[in-house]
Amino acid sequence: MTQTANTQVQQGTLHPPKRQGGRHSAWRPWLWLGLGILLMAIFQVYPMLNTIVLSFYSDDSSSFVGLKNYGLIFTNHSLLLVLWNNVLWLVIATILTVGLGLLVAVLVDKVRVESLVKAALFVPMAISFVGAGVIWRFVYLYAPANRTQAGLLNAFITSIGFQPQAWLIDARFNNFALMIVYVWIWTGFCMVVLSASLKGIPDEIIEAAKIDGASGFTIFWRITAPMIQPTIVVVTTTMIINILKIFDVVYVMTGGDYNTNVVALQYYQELFTNYNYGVASALAVILLIAIFPVMYLNVRRIRAEEAQR
Amino acid sequence: MSVVDPKASTNASLSIPSKPASAQSKNSQAAQSGSGGRPLLGGLSGGILTVIVVCIGLVWSVPTIGLFVSSFRPGALISTTGWWTAFAPPWNFTFDNYQQVLQAQGMGQSFLNSIIIAIPATILPVLIGAISAYALAWMDFPGRNWLFFIIIALPIIPAQATLIPILTIFTATGLTGTYAALWIAHTAAGLPFAIYMLRNFFSALPKDLIESAEIDGASHARTFYSLILPLSVPALASLAIFQFMWVWNDLLLALIFLGGSPNRAPMTVTVANLVNSFGSNYQVLTAAAFVSMLLPLIVFFSLQRYFVRGILAGSVKG
Repeated sequence: MTQTANTQVQQGTLHPPKRQGGRHSAWRPWLWLGLGILLMAIFQVYPMLNTIVLSFYSDDSSSFVGLKNYGLIFTNHSLLLVLWNNVLWLVIATILTVGLGLLVAVLVDKVRVESLVKAALFVPMAISFVGAGVIWRFVYLYAPANRTQAGLLNAFITSIGFQPQAWLIDARFNNFALMIVYVWIWTGFCMVVLSASLKGIPDEIIEAAKIDGASGFTIFWRITAPMIQPTIVVVTTTMIINILKIFDVVYVMTGGDYNTNVVALQYYQELFTNYNYGVASALAVILLIAIFPVMYLNVRRIRAEEAQR
Repeated sequence: MSVVDPKASTNASLSIPSKPASAQSKNSQAAQSGSGGRPLLGGLSGGILTVIVVCIGLVWSVPTIGLFVSSFRPGALISTTGWWTAFAPPWNFTFDNYQQVLQAQGMGQSFLNSIIIAIPATILPVLIGAISAYALAWMDFPGRNWLFFIIIALPIIPAQATLIPILTIFTATGLTGTYAALWIAHTAAGLPFAIYMLRNFFSALPKDLIESAEIDGASHARTFYSLILPLSVPALASLAIFQFMWVWNDLLLALIFLGGSPNRAPMTVTVANLVNSFGSNYQVLTAAAFVSMLLPLIVFFSLQRYFVRGILAGSVKG
């Protein structure tokens, strides 16, 4: 209170004459930013540009091959499958994490055990993909039909009269089995963020709608959903960014075998199994291109928020 | 303690998971046509809703509980009978798995490696990020916005698009396979997000405060050190927890930059190797996985508030 008065008084003296060498010298900001910019330039910007260049070179980066690496990726059967798996992941895992996160956020709102349930969903966030991979290997454990099923899922399935399945090997299920692990980890994130946004809706708005006779369904679609829509966009973008570069889950659970490979893992294998830097870089560039629209939208959104400040 | 009062405790409903699960879809349909209360939930009475959400929470917890129980069972039983049978009479629990993992499998060294990697890789980006963020928030210079927008775009770049050239740099400088390689890589990777988050926090601090410090003749360094940093402890804590978890749980960078040297491998790498080489040696795997989760879980449960705040600051709005 007194402070606001102070600044008003002193406003005049604040901005004008630059002090000698002190707070306002031109090089000062760059001194503060120097180390950060240097690190980001050397270890983020330069490598990204260099990767783009390398994707046009041969496996050992010695000769220029034009678009050959890309041609290979888009014609090779197994590499196309890898791309297709990433698309599956992108669509299904995104919808599941955001959808379930929203559902739980809505259900749990104002329930007495809210914080307990939220913590239960949120705990997997603290667990590494490696740890989660081990946890879920036990859920998916498989034994032939006449044996005791030690895996929870098969024990459940057989108890209601179905045949046990090799969830991680059978190509009908294994991609979905891996996605469930991702969903298990990240739904908690979506739920927490969406829930915070739901709580930001003023009660009066809901009350007013109820007085006007709106049903719960109408309130959700006409008021709640539009009001938290920006948050839904943010959460969805975060999921897309994450899922595009999904690596650990697949690496730990199937190693990319049985038709479960994804771009980031194929990249790793090109790097360390095939020593093909060209194809590896091209795969990375494909990820980069896929992520670019998201990056653009994100920067635009933050820019708009900045303008409101 | 031994008898759970069914009304007083939600635990009571934990023992009947199958029935409410089937009722769940029916209820959510009913909820949509209901009215009153909070959106979507009008038609649901509190009791049924509580049962539903508790079941969801339970479904989420069961896999972890399963692994936890398994890790205390004798190896021969883990893969032949379900962990839930361990609760029935011939109780058969043991600490052998943990003993074996800690002594024979090099987990002790891996735990140490994880700590050696994670602590500098947490402090450095937070510190450098704070210094950079201060300049972005409170100094006026040409190109400031431009720089800021580049920094927001950077964390979105997939790590894969940077790894090969970084590996080349590390190999040329002899850093591949050292802790320092991971410190640098994690610092650089975490920096853009750190700067973004802290810059938002710093610039939301009251302007009057910073200006009066300036009037009192405080240098930038002094303002930063004795004003901004103390005021930003919650934001710094959130960021640090985040970065710590991220580094601790990272597998990809460790796999690539440590060049497979097992004596420096963090726990994620060691456990992942166990999965591959001991694919069916389940007793080692269960205990090892749990040891690797221990610290993040402790951090999570003791600092949950900061963790959640960090997530919200990073994703909802600046």
